[in-house]
Amino acid sequence: MSDLPRRDPRQEWIARNRLHPRHAEVLLAAGQGAASEWQGPNGLVRRNPHAIGFVGPNGVKRIDRSGTQQGAGGGGATTPAAERKPLVEIEAPAFLVAVVPDMAGGRLSGHDRDLLGLARQLADADPVARGAVVAVIFGPHKETSFAEAGVDRLLHLDSPDVAGYAPEARLGALTLVEEAWAPRHWLLPDSKLGGGELGRRLAVRLGERPATSVWQVAADTEAVMGWQCTARGAAGSLDIRRPLSRVALALAECAEPVSETRHAAAELALPQPLPSTLSRIQDLGQVSVDPSGVALSEAEFILSAGNGVKDWPGFHHAAEVLGATEGASRVAVDDGFMARDRQVGATGTWVTARVYVAVGISGAIQHLQGIQTCDKVVAINMDPGCDMIKRADLAVIGDATQILEALVTLVAQAREEKRDAA
Amino acid sequence: MQPEVTTMPALEVTVLVSVGRHPLTGRARRADQDARGVELARSLTDAEVRLLHAGERDVSSDAALRGYLGMGFTELSLLEQPEGADVLPALAEILDETSPQLVITGERAERGEGSGLLPYLLAERLGWPLVSGLAAVESVEDGVATLLQALPRGQRRRLKVRLPAIVTVDNAAPTPRQSAYGPARRGTFETTAGPVSDDEEWAAWQVQPARQRPKRLKIVKAASARDRFKAAAAKAEGGGGQVLTDVTPEQGAEAILTLLREEDVLR
Repeated sequence: MSDLPRRDPRQEWIARNRLHPRHAEVLLAAGQGAASEWQGPNGLVRRNPHAIGFVGPNGVKRIDRSGTQQGAGGGGATTPAAERKPLVEIEAPAFLVAVVPDMAGGRLSGHDRDLLGLARQLADADPVARGAVVAVIFGPHKETSFAEAGVDRLLHLDSPDVAGYAPEARLGALTLVEEAWAPRHWLLPDSKLGGGELGRRLAVRLGERPATSVWQVAADTEAVMGWQCTARGAAGSLDIRRPLSRVALALAECAEPVSETRHAAAELALPQPLPSTLSRIQDLGQVSVDPSGVALSEAEFILSAGNGVKDWPGFHHAAEVLGATEGASRVAVDDGFMARDRQVGATGTWVTARVYVAVGISGAIQHLQGIQTCDKVVAINMDPGCDMIKRADLAVIGDATQILEALVTLVAQAREEKRDAA
Repeated sequence: MQPEVTTMPALEVTVLVSVGRHPLTGRARRADQDARGVELARSLTDAEVRLLHAGERDVSSDAALRGYLGMGFTELSLLEQPEGADVLPALAEILDETSPQLVITGERAERGEGSGLLPYLLAERLGWPLVSGLAAVESVEDGVATLLQALPRGQRRRLKVRLPAIVTVDNAAPTPRQSAYGPARRGTFETTAGPVSDDEEWAAWQVQPARQRPKRLKIVKAASARDRFKAAAAKAEGGGGQVLTDVTPEQGAEAILTLLREEDVLR
């Protein structure tokens, strides 16, 4: 049987006509019950205000508009937002736009998404001959939303050679991509996370003069590639208007990220295996740095204390064992338990941590503003109704002192086992 | 077998210096990252440090370059180039000739295009490895340098590279020492003429002082009025976070530890 939905115009007509004697029966068969919302014949959404709501305990009809209760079986309302976006598939692309995102922490960063938005802009400019966006990513990742970010093809290179700091091996892989598909554009983030370096190496290898620090791209028929760009130069003090080159390194917010469509993100494979390059640079791994020496605004992992912390030596010990930078709420600072420069929030430091653990912080609005850009927030609190719990990705209700103690024990145990195994 | 060498030959280091631009006044000064590079070279033991600059020589650049001389040097090699010229051929030629062991540069220039490409082009041309964003040179032994690379968020990575190599210096490198006035006045410029090649593309581009980038607007794409209102009025919410109530501290700690491991923040 084919999966194509078959339309029965007569049934639809009955479903639309509330005065029809078989109206309720047809709606029930369509699985809608008393439909409150359906699509009319012209694509217009029709609503039946009589079908929504429920009869309250006093026999009065109530309509709950908080979104928790829908008119019985609201049709599309149950599908997640991502699936409602139209899927765009490009079977035979006219050309390719290659993007090499940074994938900091194994996920697409905001910068990467902006870059993919720019790539879409370049690929979709000509509706007759559309290009496809190829994302080249190295090493293991945790990202699940490549399709929503606007990736048509995904080339995932996951060999030990290209993991860690391996600019030469990665350059070799990108050269293979160039040989195999010859993308029309190469887009990389001009960032310190590796994109800026890799892009420059690639441009030099391809013999192209890249446009660096690009922040604006506009169509221009007179330019060589059909695009004109504005780039920052001279330590950000100049704006250079120049034709867009094949290799472009773009700044964050160079374009709007893709938000309205979904793309295929089909897996792609290199036609030949990666060559084993003899790297002249040997990566000895990351060096442990003193977390208290890292500036709070750029720390990756923050353990923050608030009014709920009673055992201060225990808190400092936990931060030391976890290797986290210490932060504090305003109350903890005002009470003299922490230094003023450790205060997180609108009146203190705006932090950008990837993981923020709030211990005994209820979440004043000023504090929540300060942690807006944090990826993952963990809350440890006694009060299950506080604002921090609403913001948190993981909240544990309980006594902070005991939970921190248990956490320290677990981490110490894991380290011990690792040392024994090694 | 090689005979035992009693006196270690000095490590030859060349620092490429440029004329910087003060971010507020726009006056010529010693470039910040280049000065850090000089400081890094100064901190190496048994190093013979040479300063090299390629560019135009006039009153303001003269004063700026003397800033490097004031860091304890008696002379600075200067390749005279007209303004707007491509300095790559001249630099590559002289580096090929003198063949230093280590070349230190800043990441990008404070004047001109400032694309940060020069070290990469030099490395490709000379066939040397390149390490970017250095915070420190830990040691140099038997032609192998152990380097400390600065990563974002204050992290560091240790690398080993075989010399000769080109390295670029990050802002996390030690702050440069103050330039002393007397040595700066006494120092001399050793001027040589190098091959000159014009940069035609640069001349063709339209250059203007940077204007402020437009601030990104928060666009709410909501289907219904209710969603739009919610987006406008709502507080920051993670939405759909996992809440663990009535758990023992051990279970709670376990859940937190799993998240920390997933995010790979535990070292």
